[in-house]
Amino acid sequence: MRPGRHLQVAIFAAAVVAVHLAAEAGGKGFFLTQLTMTAYYTLVVVGLSLLMGYAGQISLGQAGFFSIGGYVAAALTTLDLAPHRARAAVAALARAHLLVVRPDLYGGEALSVHPWVAFVAAVLLGAGVAWAIGVPVLRLKGHYLAMATLAFGTIVGSILVGTQALGAADGISGVPPFELVPGLRVGGGAADRVRNYYLAWGLVAVAMLLLLNLVQARAGRALRAIHGAEDAARAMGVDTARYKLATFVLAAVLAVVAGVLLTHYNGGIGPSEASVMKSVRYVAIVAVGGMGSLWGTLSASAVLNFLSLRGYFGAYDDAVFGGILVLVMLLAPEGILQANLRGLLRQLVPGRRAAGEEK
Amino acid sequence: MSLDLLLQYLVAGLTYGSIYAVVGIGFNIIYNATGIINFAQGEFVMLGGMLAVSFQRVVPLPLAIAGAVAATAGVGALVEVTFIRWLWKPSVLRMIVITIGVSILLREGALLLWGESVRSLPYFTGDEVSSIAVGGVRFSPQVLWVLGTTGLIVAFLSVFFGHTMLGWEMRACASNRDAAALCGIPTRNLVTLSFVLSAAIGALAGCVVSPITYTSYAVGAGLAIKGFTVAILGGLGNSMGAVAAGLVLGVLESLSVWVLPTAYKDTVSLTILLAILFMRPSGLFGSREASRLKEF
Amino acid sequence: MALLEVAGLHKRFGGVQAVKDVSFRVEPGTIKAVIGPNGAGKTTLFDLVSGFRAPDAGTVRFRDTPIEGRPPHEIAALGLSRTFQNIKLFGHMTALENVMVGRHVRSRAGFLAGMLDLPRTRREEREIEAAALEAMEFLGIGPLAGLEASSLSYGQQRSVELARALASEPRMLLLDEPAAGLNMRETSDLARLIARIRDRGVTVLVVEHDMSLVMSISDEVVVLSFGEKIAEADPRSVQQDPDVVRVYLGE
Repeated sequence: MRPGRHLQVAIFAAAVVAVHLAAEAGGKGFFLTQLTMTAYYTLVVVGLSLLMGYAGQISLGQAGFFSIGGYVAAALTTLDLAPHRARAAVAALARAHLLVVRPDLYGGEALSVHPWVAFVAAVLLGAGVAWAIGVPVLRLKGHYLAMATLAFGTIVGSILVGTQALGAADGISGVPPFELVPGLRVGGGAADRVRNYYLAWGLVAVAMLLLLNLVQARAGRALRAIHGAEDAARAMGVDTARYKLATFVLAAVLAVVAGVLLTHYNGGIGPSEASVMKSVRYVAIVAVGGMGSLWGTLSASAVLNFLSLRGYFGAYDDAVFGGILVLVMLLAPEGILQANLRGLLRQLVPGRRAAGEEK
Repeated sequence: MSLDLLLQYLVAGLTYGSIYAVVGIGFNIIYNATGIINFAQGEFVMLGGMLAVSFQRVVPLPLAIAGAVAATAGVGALVEVTFIRWLWKPSVLRMIVITIGVSILLREGALLLWGESVRSLPYFTGDEVSSIAVGGVRFSPQVLWVLGTTGLIVAFLSVFFGHTMLGWEMRACASNRDAAALCGIPTRNLVTLSFVLSAAIGALAGCVVSPITYTSYAVGAGLAIKGFTVAILGGLGNSMGAVAAGLVLGVLESLSVWVLPTAYKDTVSLTILLAILFMRPSGLFGSREASRLKEF
Repeated sequence: MALLEVAGLHKRFGGVQAVKDVSFRVEPGTIKAVIGPNGAGKTTLFDLVSGFRAPDAGTVRFRDTPIEGRPPHEIAALGLSRTFQNIKLFGHMTALENVMVGRHVRSRAGFLAGMLDLPRTRREEREIEAAALEAMEFLGIGPLAGLEASSLSYGQQRSVELARALASEPRMLLLDEPAAGLNMRETSDLARLIARIRDRGVTVLVVEHDMSLVMSISDEVVVLSFGEKIAEADPRSVQQDPDVVRVYLGE
């Protein structure tokens, strides 16, 4: 069991390198940009896969958490506190090295929050919100849960679109790159392209390892138990409410982190990242990849997000994801990679029924 | 705020609230027959309005509306037959995701057909500037059309479910599908009928409100959420509750501009939805046990 | 001192009084059976004791601690495990994994430890697996370990569920109709098994319809009818109690 997991991650790492080399060899080095963005979206989706596939809880609000991450990072790092330099609070922040000086648009100097501080703030806020709404929301089941998470995502979107200070419909742009450590910057720009590619997918690899570990461990077993027969799990001592909440918060934090990093990479964020369509897209990808399968979800995300970002779906982007969602749910609810083709054929023959059904 | 202004907001709230109520009733009809929450409900309203606008270019208004209602009802039947009918004991998760997917497909289909433009039907009587005065309040005659149509829909459904054979059969089907089937009731067709009925009333509502609010391909999702809020608020499955809840929501939303910037108006219904789900999922008028019984 | 003390339990559902003023005690190291016609309130009683429902009135004391109204996972942590009338296995997990979940209350690793896969966590995993296997072997179903739970036969699934409950090393086991669906031979095997469980020091409270099982292994029997306790004595006396006979056979 154990070598299996590490070997899988190693193979994945090799694949990441192979894709890079292939892209360069094919003269398509610029693919790396969309591939990097794909990696961050994949981070959101694998968290959701854990929540939906293992804990069995649907969330249509992941886009909301992604946006919280992105907007907090964007707002704080594009803030200009220079005019308020004299104030005690600002001076204190500056003394604590929480602020940075950066050139503003007019050649002057702006005083903004250090990206690391913004990152921590975003994670804390996201985790806090997830915790706060998770407690009541996770008591709900089925369509109530779906609707509640949908409502959450929509509220976030509505607030973002309606708030002038956050850029309203235009969002926030001019977000500076995030220097993680000297020499490693999350940001656009051709010089950093390769490094960002490996950083992003490296992060995905780390997340996958942690999640794969979790699934095999006592906590992962408890989650699968909750999904399989919640009453029995409770009878065996599993505090189901706490486990569901922890998974919900974990998935939210992954989305927040992805939001922060992608915003720095893109140099900005807009309210469309909080839209219902985005949340649906994430669910569609998890459905395609197989709700119980982390690698399946990763593969589905890599392919679908990349194609979408390169524009292959054109104006029908949303329709494609909607269509995929319906098709997968109708024909292969366990995900395409686990599709039971014989069962499917049996279902299509009129009058006959496939034996047994899934969860 | 003067009394007149307050009444003005009230009228606006009741108008929108009636539409929310009809969407909520649509949710209830399908939910009662199948236990499914049909996320695509809002799209039926959108389709009704959009189709009517297109038809109205070639035929007189009443015919255009009738045509739109019939066509949307057909779409409802199609959705049921294509996506719902042949599923074998699907899980709740699967049903939710399927109906969400269907709503997206309908939305994108509308985008394909009509583009992003915003349309509206002409006012049924008078035009944009005509108004009726009652007390100190002035409102468009279309408001009466909206309220009247909603009232007619509610009345029709009461008679249908309360006094017709078909309505009774649907209620039997809703309350115990297997027993109804054993009585020879064609349950599968009744499920289709529930979709047809929901689509039809949704479309009618869409037509009657479109002169006031305009329709475009994207209005469905917002309506679905509000309609769902109304259905839950009134007690899932309880259509009289939905009417009351719809009016309440409409009025609250309308009056919210008093305290909130207009940009945040939509958050009112969303917050109410969350509040009701957290505190009393059985709704204002539903019973605790009933809300638990309909677990898939 | 009694291991389990139920006093004055009441539970009403809408118009139905499912449990009415039920009181009894279970002494450690004994097997007590709860019998009664269908609808007598037996499963509701189990739900009240194991935390799945809260009583309208009355108390439940386990190891001298009040547990009425407390959630099931807390009660499980105190050493009270139960099985279910309609077997609730985790279908998509292997039999061994199912039983390993039973070990949840005797282990600690949480989310963080799980994700980081620390050496201490790996050690605990090995212990969990060993304990689970031991429970399965005790019940004679060791070979089923790697099979998916939903693929097992009914009788095998029952055994897995029992192993799962045993893996938690409970002080007391609540068995809800363990013989349902078993044939005569399987039932007598089960009786022997329950006796062996008792011999290991686990106190057993069992709801059952199968009289041969009840009579052969119980130290004491409680009879419920329409939610009320109508008799409580050793099996032989209960069999001859006129009230009990009337309730089962009619006037």
